[in-house]
Amino acid sequence: MDAVFLARLQFGLIAGFHFLFPPTTLGLSLIVVIVETLYMRTKDEAYKQLSVYLVKILGTVFVMGVATGIALEFAFGNNWAAYSRTVGDIFGAPLAAEAVFSFFLESVFLGILVFGRNRVSPKTYRFSAFLVFFGAHLSGLWIIIANSWMQTPAGFRMEGGRAVLDNFWQAALNPSTVIRYVHTILGGWITGALVAMAVAAWLLLKGRAVEKAALLMKTSLAVFTAAAVLQLGSGHAHSIQVTRTQPEKMAAFEALWETRDGAPFTVFGIPDEKNERTLLAVRIPKMLSLLVYFDPKGRVLGLSEFRKEERPPVLLPFAGYHVMILLGLAFILMAAAGVWLQAKRKIVSNRAYLKLLLFAVPLPFLANETGWIAAEVGRQPWAVFKILRTSEAVSAVVPAGNILFSILVFAVIYALIGAAGLGVILRTIRGGPGEAAAEAKKGDV
Amino acid sequence: MATWDLLRDVWFGLIGVLLAGYSVLDGFDLGVGALLPFLAKTEDEKRTLIGAIGPVWDGNEVWLLAGGGALFAAFPMAYATVFSGFYLALMLVLFSLILRAVSLEFRAHDPARKGLWETAFVGGSALPALLFGVALGNVVVGVPIDARSEFAGTFFTLLRPLPLAFGLLGLCAFLMHGAAYAALKSEGPLLARARKTERVLAIAFAAAFALSFVAVLFYLPAAVRSAPAWVFSLVVWLSLVLFAASSKQGKDGRAMVFSSVAFLGLWGMIGAIHYPNLVRATDPALSLTVANASSSALTLKVMLIIALVGMPVVIGYTIFAFRVFKGKVRPDSEGY
Repeated sequence: MDAVFLARLQFGLIAGFHFLFPPTTLGLSLIVVIVETLYMRTKDEAYKQLSVYLVKILGTVFVMGVATGIALEFAFGNNWAAYSRTVGDIFGAPLAAEAVFSFFLESVFLGILVFGRNRVSPKTYRFSAFLVFFGAHLSGLWIIIANSWMQTPAGFRMEGGRAVLDNFWQAALNPSTVIRYVHTILGGWITGALVAMAVAAWLLLKGRAVEKAALLMKTSLAVFTAAAVLQLGSGHAHSIQVTRTQPEKMAAFEALWETRDGAPFTVFGIPDEKNERTLLAVRIPKMLSLLVYFDPKGRVLGLSEFRKEERPPVLLPFAGYHVMILLGLAFILMAAAGVWLQAKRKIVSNRAYLKLLLFAVPLPFLANETGWIAAEVGRQPWAVFKILRTSEAVSAVVPAGNILFSILVFAVIYALIGAAGLGVILRTIRGGPGEAAAEAKKGDV
Repeated sequence: MATWDLLRDVWFGLIGVLLAGYSVLDGFDLGVGALLPFLAKTEDEKRTLIGAIGPVWDGNEVWLLAGGGALFAAFPMAYATVFSGFYLALMLVLFSLILRAVSLEFRAHDPARKGLWETAFVGGSALPALLFGVALGNVVVGVPIDARSEFAGTFFTLLRPLPLAFGLLGLCAFLMHGAAYAALKSEGPLLARARKTERVLAIAFAAAFALSFVAVLFYLPAAVRSAPAWVFSLVVWLSLVLFAASSKQGKDGRAMVFSSVAFLGLWGMIGAIHYPNLVRATDPALSLTVANASSSALTLKVMLIIALVGMPVVIGYTIFAFRVFKGKVRPDSEGY
């Protein structure tokens, strides 16, 4: 197996595993801030106990994110030394800025959130919760800046084969940064909110801490609904941006082989890359043109416009993009059902809906991952779009055997900590709100 | 060009500051982790030590990420050469840090595998404490680098006398710092044990420092002419003596200060003998230096603004957090 493939496999593995945790942190930290604010306003102990409960879950998720995040900062130098040399002038700064502006903030105040409730005033505590929320979201911004620059590089010039920074703001706020950020953050809110709803659903199904669970359900359903609806708009805007800035990627997302005036939206199909056709295709005529240009006759470029060696693969981006959209629509339906039940005050007793929420927990994670896969595989064959090929970005001195060895160790470690982490989170959830506080008093180490 | 040169030197210094900050802060929690089985004899004592680092270790570790990120941004050539060249060694550091990060949380909440997570915590603390020094020793003494700036050695190239001496020195320094923090946060028999360990480790530190000192003079004879290096080495010796004295008098806070100053002395000394190199090459013409490995002047300037705006705030709230958690830790304190 060649080093390029293995290096990509390793990055996919460690980034994909890491990407399970930060989105959850985004959503859960938002809900913690809301619950703390409600506690400040109402002085209702139920909210405090819910906050204690959620902070415990957040703490574990956060630590998993920290542990798996270190590997990514190392990875660019480890496996992608040529990449680091070529674009380090631009790419390193957001990573350093993330540490300085946000990672310190999140880590230090999460320490206060998890360990300091009895050592600071309620006001300071709530502010700490806000800073964790703020730090997590700022952290995401820097990472999205770095990632977006790989997709739609800007604000630089090439000098002696290296990208050199020309304009920091143009590089940071490149054409895909803002919309990618909004889209990713909303994905995180959907994830964290659905996790919280599922926790509430489980408590309700077990008939435990029913009133607190109902409060949690109401709060997280509000976040979930808002995020799911907004995500429809942000996803749409993101697609328009991709069509404009990376037309070959949109062609791959839609398996559009030839340029079309009035291109259809492919609802289902199996792309056959070799013969450049889509098997079992179900299409809505003119829909793609309508969606990306608001004009049923708009011209969408097909893959044949691009040289074969500059085309992205089709199958993974197509599948990832479509699964993500399908899930996004499912979230809106779930939110609508939830709001309807909430309005009729039946949500706490509708066992079918509560069970549905339990089974739905993996879905937002799947949506985040498939969206990410579509975005990154759709960028191929480039590491930095039209600037640096992935095949030319790897470390020249690292033998394939070393990469394979490290992949195997990563796989073992991640399987171990993934299983243990899930176990710890489930144990915390089983502890229940209120009861968890009692357990903490016992000093259960 | 003059501004660019100045910016490069400033960044050489700032990366030193970030790494020194990392050793002073994460140093004590790595040290406590590695010393856990030696200092704590009962579950309550373990709980005390773990409770002492629980709220702060994560923030401390960010100093490493900030240092790594700054190296990437300011000197991408050095970052690329070292991280790809020292591949397996850095993977070991990485695996350690990953396991260590989750192990405290899991030790508390995954009772079925408590022993496993404790081992992961102790090993995951000790191994990086050793390997950081080995890695640093290699870039200081020089590694084979080819004309494309690629590392031309193997894993075993890294295991030479000076790097191993530095590894030992780093380990002793982290352990001593950990013992000092343990003393600061504990009471009773644990405190007595921590203070005794401090003095043993101060002697070990002195021996490892003497060994490294000889290795530097032998392998890098030009270092003799660096006046700042002599001054900084004096700082190290002096703070070691004052550390041992403070420990004996039971002044734990003061001991903590001197063990921190010892770290600063070490970094100052290394900076003085290493500048302007980032990665010394066996063939000096191929060394990666502040001049040939840096980012553009604009990037260095942007980064400097980021550091000047961000770091004072970071230091401010870090002090706030340490104040929140100041004082002795009891096994039943709010914790995991």
